[in-house]
Amino acid sequence: MQASNLIAACCNRCTHRPGNPCRDLVRCLAEGPICHSDDACAKTRQERMANARRGGQGTLIFVGAGTCGRANGSTKVIARIGAFLQEHKISAEIVEVGCVGYCQRELFVDVQKPGEPRLAYADINLGNIDQLLEAVFVREEMRNGFLYGRHGDGGAAWADIPEINTTDFFKKQVKVVLRNAGIVDPRILDAALAAGAFAAAAKAVCTMTPEEVCNEVLAAGLRGRGGAGFPTGQKWNIARQTPRAQKYLICNADEGDPGAFMDRAVLESDPFFVIEGMLIAAYAIGASKGYIYCRAEYPLAVERLTSAIEQCRRVGLLGTNILGSLFSFDITIKQGAGAFVCGEETAILASIEGGRGMPRPRPPYPAVSGLFGKPTVLNNVETLANVPVIINRGAEYFQNLGLGKAAGTKVFALSGAIRNTGLVEVPVGIKLRTIIYDIGGGALPGHKFKAVQIGGPSGGCIPEQHLDTVTDYADLIQLGAMMGSGGMVVMDERTCMVDVARYFMEFIRNESCGKCTPCREGTTRMLEILTSITERPVGDEERRLERFRGVLHLQELASTVKEASLCGLGQSAGNPVLSTLRFFRDEYERHVIDQRCPSGECQGLAVYEVDNATCLGCLLCKKACPSGAIVGERKQAHYILVDKCVGCGSCVTACPKHSIHLVSEERACV
Amino acid sequence: MSLVNSLSIDGKEVQFTPGETVLSAASRAGIEIPHLCAMDWACKPEAACRMCLVELEGMPRLQTSCTLEAKDGQKVRTRSPRVQAVRRNIVELLIANHPGDCLTCARNQNCELAQVASELGVRERRYRGLKKNHALDLSSPALVRDPNKCILCGRCVAVCHQVQGVGAIDFIDRGIKTRVGPGFHDGINVSNCIFCGQCTRVCPTAALMEKSQVDAVVAALADPNAIVVAQIAPAVPATLMENAQASSVRSMLLRLATALKRVGFGAVFDTGFAADLTIMEEVSELIRRVQTGGPLPMFTSCSPGWIQYVEKYRPDLIPHLSTCKSPQQMAAALIKDVYPKHRDLGGKRLVCVSLMPCTAKKVEASELGDVDFVLTTREIDELLVRYGIDLNKVTELGTLDAPFSSASGAGRLFGGTGGVMEAAIRTAHKMLTGSELAGGFKVEEARGLEGIKCFSLDVGGTTLNFGIVNGLGRLKPILDPLSKGASNLHFIEVMTCPGGCIGGGGQPYDSDPEDIRVRLERLYDADRRSTLKVSHDNAEVQEIYAEMLGKPLGEISHHLLHRSYVDRRAEET
Amino acid sequence: MCQVDQIIAGHEELGKEHLIPILQEIQAKEGYLSQAAMNKVADATGVPQSRVYGVATFYNQFRFAPKGTHVIEVCRGTACHVKQSLKLAQHLTRKLNLKPNGNSPDNKFTIITVACLGACSIAPVIKLDGEFYGHLDVEKLDRLLDEAVQGESHASK
Repeated sequence: MQASNLIAACCNRCTHRPGNPCRDLVRCLAEGPICHSDDACAKTRQERMANARRGGQGTLIFVGAGTCGRANGSTKVIARIGAFLQEHKISAEIVEVGCVGYCQRELFVDVQKPGEPRLAYADINLGNIDQLLEAVFVREEMRNGFLYGRHGDGGAAWADIPEINTTDFFKKQVKVVLRNAGIVDPRILDAALAAGAFAAAAKAVCTMTPEEVCNEVLAAGLRGRGGAGFPTGQKWNIARQTPRAQKYLICNADEGDPGAFMDRAVLESDPFFVIEGMLIAAYAIGASKGYIYCRAEYPLAVERLTSAIEQCRRVGLLGTNILGSLFSFDITIKQGAGAFVCGEETAILASIEGGRGMPRPRPPYPAVSGLFGKPTVLNNVETLANVPVIINRGAEYFQNLGLGKAAGTKVFALSGAIRNTGLVEVPVGIKLRTIIYDIGGGALPGHKFKAVQIGGPSGGCIPEQHLDTVTDYADLIQLGAMMGSGGMVVMDERTCMVDVARYFMEFIRNESCGKCTPCREGTTRMLEILTSITERPVGDEERRLERFRGVLHLQELASTVKEASLCGLGQSAGNPVLSTLRFFRDEYERHVIDQRCPSGECQGLAVYEVDNATCLGCLLCKKACPSGAIVGERKQAHYILVDKCVGCGSCVTACPKHSIHLVSEERACV
Repeated sequence: MSLVNSLSIDGKEVQFTPGETVLSAASRAGIEIPHLCAMDWACKPEAACRMCLVELEGMPRLQTSCTLEAKDGQKVRTRSPRVQAVRRNIVELLIANHPGDCLTCARNQNCELAQVASELGVRERRYRGLKKNHALDLSSPALVRDPNKCILCGRCVAVCHQVQGVGAIDFIDRGIKTRVGPGFHDGINVSNCIFCGQCTRVCPTAALMEKSQVDAVVAALADPNAIVVAQIAPAVPATLMENAQASSVRSMLLRLATALKRVGFGAVFDTGFAADLTIMEEVSELIRRVQTGGPLPMFTSCSPGWIQYVEKYRPDLIPHLSTCKSPQQMAAALIKDVYPKHRDLGGKRLVCVSLMPCTAKKVEASELGDVDFVLTTREIDELLVRYGIDLNKVTELGTLDAPFSSASGAGRLFGGTGGVMEAAIRTAHKMLTGSELAGGFKVEEARGLEGIKCFSLDVGGTTLNFGIVNGLGRLKPILDPLSKGASNLHFIEVMTCPGGCIGGGGQPYDSDPEDIRVRLERLYDADRRSTLKVSHDNAEVQEIYAEMLGKPLGEISHHLLHRSYVDRRAEET
Repeated sequence: MCQVDQIIAGHEELGKEHLIPILQEIQAKEGYLSQAAMNKVADATGVPQSRVYGVATFYNQFRFAPKGTHVIEVCRGTACHVKQSLKLAQHLTRKLNLKPNGNSPDNKFTIITVACLGACSIAPVIKLDGEFYGHLDVEKLDRLLDEAVQGESHASK
């Protein structure tokens, strides 16, 4: 691990050491030297800073190598780039960065030659990297088919290339939490410092009281970004005002919502800012010990965080007497072991204490009595990443970032049946329609938008007619959804909404901790009911009745589980069902009464049809059918009796003429 | 007008003690809020079952009354339509995943789940679906586990870990697959379970029960080739008095003897006799150790849960255990050896049944023999019911049979914490000084329900240090100094269960701390009423020594009345 | 067994708080948690055996049978679900005749279901021996299995 170049002494008059920390340490990097006056030292510092800001000297090649980058083959691409450079004897440095957010167009490979702006090239993979490198390095064709845009200003010579933030995907976004993602090297402290890390921490720890810090965050209107939306400043104040010698700060990095990967991107792409956020939070509440509880499924995030923490310790940004103050703070990483419920506050406490991740009754609230019985504040990754911004720029700035009454920005993970998948950061209070159409590009070609699922398993589905709703906490709750952690999955006409409800209920049932009766038993029964209406009750009168009975019970069950469950997982378990019942009731009715799945997705309700024009009358399908649903005689057209069909598809495989097809009403009109 | 420290529950003004929960305050005021996982004593409430939800004015969400701290001016409703609807749905959910064999279930008269279902008027099984299907655990002689009847309330886990400090069972897997059991897929027999049965006592359903031997006893009683005799532990009559309106322990004991003989027992003995015998042997052993240098401290050995604990967790303490058998086993050994000489059995085999407040006694009996069957206090009820006998209506005072019919007040005290110690001190004083303990024989320092009592007494110029522990979760302060070689105690009485045997795993289901306190008082009362105060003056005991045993710790004693121990730690895989 | 001893020895403090990290380290080294290993951890940490097992079985990550030669993680996140990942999972279960613990009878494959791998843009996704493969269908999946068995694994999307 390289030592920090920026923090290194400019001359032997520098007094900062980890054992003898200087309170001006961070300011000095950009404005120094402060403890003595020397032009040569000032020049040294400025050169170092410029270098660090650029990301290095000479030609730089930035490759998006977060988890989604690796999923797109970045490791092999990086190896190939290295080989190419060697083969062609080109001198350039490869810098691994995180995720810029436009996952649809991964890999992004940026090239920055000396004196030129950093140019971003998209859709790179192992198959075409050579073409890009040939163009950029051999033919010097910076403008080529892969060019996406330009980072920053390059002067008149490069004005024809669009600046990244003016392109369609980015222009309506406001990058605060993700401002460094995909840009700055997340592996080294210097890059983060050059991007402004720890300036806010220095300001808070050296010039503000804990009360002032809490109130600034309170005034900014920052609300928990993990889903619950509790005012962060308020939570901090409760902990700050609880008099105990030992307090804890925990960063909740157990992002478990399927379809949510915002926190992962922040941790992999900008770990130092998260640490800075934790530092400020710990100072505000009086905690000397911090934990990052990170999912085991995020090994790269754990790796980046571990390295970042170690680097911070080395220069004294973590440890005792930080920046020459009386404040001491250090962080331990705890890895989750695969339990969605461990994203719940009290479940994290149970897990860190070494037990089963089962939530605890509140009160007492963690801010009063939490980890090991001490006052503990738990904050989401995104929440903490916003804190340095608030301290640096002020509460009003943060307030104004949001639209209307809302404050700040929110990162959403946009995925599913949409043109542009990726991470988008937008002002809180922006319309859903803007996100889905202006930024997301709308439905996939040839398909029709049906619904957007927000808030993961705790959230709900929002149909087209409500897309003018703004993405704010209260507004979404009114629609039966919730802000949640930020997962946003778009669905088109091929998605069955009943199946969506069933899918989320299965997830919740699998992840229920099992402690409290309503959630443990209620989600199981609701899942059974939902599954039963995605299947045809062949040959069983009891089951037929059961389906009807079950649906009548759904509402009551969902309501009991909501009212009586111990924790948020159970309390919101019914949301997907209730929301789809509310907006897509017709689909439920088709499933229950007509035993048809309009989108064709429910295998158990599949309708197959024999094309009589091509049918040979060979009886092969009839023999293959396990439930005797095919009627027909030799050399006469065969028919499938829908009421007896279990949807297995054996007939389709058996037919030598491929005369049997799946019938779906929606698919039929595409 | 409202009083200080009062809240309104269902319109009634209820006083509370600061720090108390609404559930507790309501209960004391006679308002029962249904609950399936809270225990009114000991462990912190987990709010898992959600049955105790109540409406609290001003809060949009329902609150669990087991965790809700009572505060001045609160307005609580415990049976509003909203609350009842939720509660009912929860019970329906539990029933949906519960076997339907209530008619043949061992707890069909006193199952808490059935009780709340009835209270809430649940008359149909609305939710149908997959039920759990776990294997029964019949592996141990003492306990039976049926995880299919478990409602996952967590009481057993809490008691095992927090009260008893053992932790033999825990929650396994997650969500709908959750079950309670010992680690891996083991039966309880190869786990660290000490068979104390506290789990069976707190279980609301038939998921955890003692292994019933009622059928076996009934079969023996019907066997023309058997003479069945009973021995009764001191704690049993002190407990049965609860419902039977007996005026004293002795009168309850004699009424029980009547009932047992009506049922067909050929003789009824008092385990208290053997308690006196145990004192003779054990105090002699203690004095020998004190005079010859150890090993000290010496621990009592009458509580089989404690013995299991030592053998499984702390075999290093085996040298410190008294080698005396428990009163149950001493009595049974003598019954089998002496009774046939005392009475002509006519060629029939002798079957010895012991009536105990304890489930671990079943394991002790299976390991040491002589006792054929052990019936817990709960099983005694069941046995009498088989024969149509209502103990409340049995008023005739029967007789106990020689040669094991009498017990001193000291022996009676064995049923509660501190009793063995007090009895021992009375006899130790006589053995060491030749004179009786002054002050009416009471050893006040040994009395009371505190978890740990330590005190010193001057016995004829020698200072002896004593320790008393009840509830194994409280062992640490006693054992830690011992591990460091820093214990100055000579003699330590350990009773596995909170309160001693009167709080045992085989005791009635709804025992709470007040019940245990009352039972202890009854034992003290029995001692007060008894004219025979000390074990060494028990005439039948003296006769046994004269005719057979010779002196305490003699060869025959060693053979009949003492035992050895096994290091069981190596037995686990 | 000395690996477990080494792991335990590597922790300065041994208490309940260290239970999960120790189990994670053992699984990282040995691929699963054996009964013997868990008993050792119980002894070393003072946590009752039943609780060690109870904690281990609570979390998805811990396995109690050795893994097969090739490990496939199937993503069942929302985006992948919408792109029919359930069919892939069902296909694997049928084709490989999976036992309840996720292993194929010949122990060549272990299939693990993951709630979300976080690579939604290339859904449906699996990870085979640590490498991501996206935009899958049944045919492509079968090809990957064949290649894995033949000892080769091409990067394909």
